[in-house]
Amino acid sequence: MTNGYHIVVCGSTVPDPLQTLEPVLTPSGPALKNEMMLPAILDPWAAHALYEAADLAARVAGSKVWLVSVGPKAKLQQVMMTIAQRVNFEFVPVDSSASGFADAHATAAVLAETIQNIPGLDRSRLLVFGGWESASRGAGATMQLVGERLSILDQFQGVDKLNVQADGSFEILERIEAGRHQVSTCLGPPALLGWATGDLPEPRNNPQVGMANMRTVMPALQRAKSVPLPGAGLHYLSASPPKQQRQTRVVKDLSPDQIAHEIAEWIGK
Amino acid sequence: MAQNILFLAHVSEAGSTLPKISYEVLGAALKLRQQTGARLTLGLIGANVEAAAETIAGCGAERILAVTGPDFATSRYASDAAAAEALCRAAAADLILAPATSRFIRVLAGVAHRLNGCVDTHVTSLDVVSGEMCATRWYYRQRIEGVIRRDARPWIVLLESGCGVPWAGVAAKATIEEIPVTLPEAGRRTVVTGIRAPMSDAQTIRPDAGLLFVAGAGWTKKQADGKPHVDQAETLILDFLRVSGASLGGSKSLVDQSGESQAVLHFMTHLNQVGQTGSTPRHPKGLSTCCHGEEPHVVGWRFINERRAVNLDPNCGWARGKADVLYVADAFEVMAKLNALFRQSDGGQHSHETVDQLA
Repeated sequence: MTNGYHIVVCGSTVPDPLQTLEPVLTPSGPALKNEMMLPAILDPWAAHALYEAADLAARVAGSKVWLVSVGPKAKLQQVMMTIAQRVNFEFVPVDSSASGFADAHATAAVLAETIQNIPGLDRSRLLVFGGWESASRGAGATMQLVGERLSILDQFQGVDKLNVQADGSFEILERIEAGRHQVSTCLGPPALLGWATGDLPEPRNNPQVGMANMRTVMPALQRAKSVPLPGAGLHYLSASPPKQQRQTRVVKDLSPDQIAHEIAEWIGK
Repeated sequence: MAQNILFLAHVSEAGSTLPKISYEVLGAALKLRQQTGARLTLGLIGANVEAAAETIAGCGAERILAVTGPDFATSRYASDAAAAEALCRAAAADLILAPATSRFIRVLAGVAHRLNGCVDTHVTSLDVVSGEMCATRWYYRQRIEGVIRRDARPWIVLLESGCGVPWAGVAAKATIEEIPVTLPEAGRRTVVTGIRAPMSDAQTIRPDAGLLFVAGAGWTKKQADGKPHVDQAETLILDFLRVSGASLGGSKSLVDQSGESQAVLHFMTHLNQVGQTGSTPRHPKGLSTCCHGEEPHVVGWRFINERRAVNLDPNCGWARGKADVLYVADAFEVMAKLNALFRQSDGGQHSHETVDQLA
């Protein structure tokens, strides 16, 4: 690949997984209690996609990475304070809802339109990355809908590995049942990859990368368009946390031998 | 209310049957047909679907449609999307039920877009409430359960495994209507070349196992003598998997250690991870050891029915209120005894067989 790839990563914010989430009903449907107060992170699977994109761009000269995020401006800014220090990218924010209760179809429409409007994007070199699902809606559908809107027929989900071959084709490993991977070869871009965890560690914070990114991140946030997400046709009848609380029997006074016997008997039932 | 229901399935890798989860979805489709009086059509995709079709032909569906041929043998977006789209159009379905297999999760959202319809995945139940079709699914990684309905049709619903009673009728001769689909050249840019098992000594992920064994980061930490015993931990865990047939899950902190140059269990990969950014497996029983995470861990265990934990901390947040039994004990000692018990009950036979297979 002589001119490199144009890699667009789709990813938004989700509440920090250590937070307790409580649904509340609003006139526009369910939401999280104190949603704007909850600390946010970049969606974990989208983050893996971003790190893989940056790694690929670093290996193939002429490549460039964009991060397209649909979420509340304040949350995006908060998350950028950490993410922007990790890898190089150009930020393309859209000020809108990142709620898990938003419709995947509406989010996909906004993402696809935003990607189509990125100046200078070469569709023949396009790779669209994202998480195979999010930690909010968990639909596992948004990326496919984006791909259809962009007329991308080569789509892969649950990707853990992308190898660029000598002839420019890709070898792609996708997660399938029973802890295995399906191996495919694809002639090259355009393609869409929904990443699982990949196999790269989280990059360390690099203040120099952060400073370079923030020069474009803040103006991009200021320019971000505010877009409503239509939820027409999707109705929530209820949204509630699981109520089940188990009565845990705490066993402190048995020997390892006795515990092993009890567990073996339980497994054998 | 649905008037035409399409049960959509693909043949299994073996080619002669359907994936196990498909029979659960068929059970759900038949129940809905009974409730709504809708017509039921079966739609199948594969290189050759005859044998698989016969396994469900006795369910009483009005029609059996199929897209077949070498182009549709493997799990590929372009060909599967074309096949599923053709079947949905041929059935004129307003409700499409499909199993949440990796093959269909990849493709059916795109098909919904082509049909100008909508899609919902990870659905755990589908019911008729006050004359309306309602789907139940989880949000925020199994922390919030929502019930939804949609106006748009066709509505494609991917149902999760372990949530319904599988249809178990007798096989019958199938009369199949072939739906012709010609794949454009652009649909052949991707070629599936094979299946690869994870880089492990053994296949440690067993979706059909009766027990999920979850190992936490405590296995790699310093023990009572002030030193970590990772080799011993590996032996104990692998021995247990061999003798019990359990499936292995890992906490995020344990799996992440491999990327942080810390002591690791070498067979533990991201594929084993349960909870946040991991899977939410469905097994009847779960046994966790040396796990200390709270909410992320509970998320991974949402669909485990009976849960027990072995942990040195009696106040462990994840176990209290979430597990049925918490054994306050050293997991190294308990697992050694447990392995010995399993070997004893097997007369050592099972252990030796599997050790040979795994060597």
